[in-house]
Amino acid sequence: MAELNSERFRTPLSRARGTGAARHGVSHFMTERVSGIALIPLSLWGVFAGLKLAAGDFEGAALWLSSPLNAVLLGLLLIAALIHLQGAVQVVIEDYIHKFTTKSALVILNIFVCVLSGFLGIFSILKVALTGAF
Amino acid sequence: MTDTSRGLPERPMSPHLQVWRWHITMACSILHRACVIGLYAGAVLLALWALALASGHESYALFTGVMGSLLGKLVLLGLTFALFFNIAYAIRQTFWDAGVGFAPKTADLTGAAAIAFAVVATAVTWVIAAATGAL
Repeated sequence: MAELNSERFRTPLSRARGTGAARHGVSHFMTERVSGIALIPLSLWGVFAGLKLAAGDFEGAALWLSSPLNAVLLGLLLIAALIHLQGAVQVVIEDYIHKFTTKSALVILNIFVCVLSGFLGIFSILKVALTGAF
Repeated sequence: MTDTSRGLPERPMSPHLQVWRWHITMACSILHRACVIGLYAGAVLLALWALALASGHESYALFTGVMGSLLGKLVLLGLTFALFFNIAYAIRQTFWDAGVGFAPKTADLTGAAAIAFAVVATAVTWVIAAATGAL
């Protein structure tokens, strides 16, 4: 019924122009909210871990990452942060860059940077956690 | 409808920086965006830290050397502030999503509180860092 009503108010002109919602808004909104909420405890833990790691050396860091809990939480922190920031930065690009080619290039670059960082980070975490840092 | 690049439809834009009068809520909004850009670099740095550690002694020494320099420490100080501000902002936004805290006075107060929290939490973190030999 709601579907029918919204159709009634959509004029043929706006349809022809293709203006209106892309219908991906809720998915973006939920992704940003849920990742944002997950990042509150994860990033606080990250600050705590960072303080500990900065006071130690290479061996200390390798030993720290050999703990399954630390490796898993660090992996979750990295992935949640990258998912959250990929969406957040895409909105900034879409808001301020109006030229189609530049905007598209930056949106794609943003995805590449986040995916590359994620894979490099997770692979490195797994390598140190499973085989040590040598 | 002004110029449509490549025939794509014109979509509504966010109000741009220069159309706002200075106010605590708009300052928080812009600061939040700036912090997001900073934290983006921070997330990449986190991945690079793991990569440096997995690549062995020398690359880890290079990473800690760069981040331990004065410039590196300034970057980390900025990232600490950005992180704490974003945590406070995320909590504020979650209340907004529930429809709470939109009254102008409340929004001003929570905005100021978010900045104050970020400043205090950053100071506390760096005092702890200095006290535990992390600096």
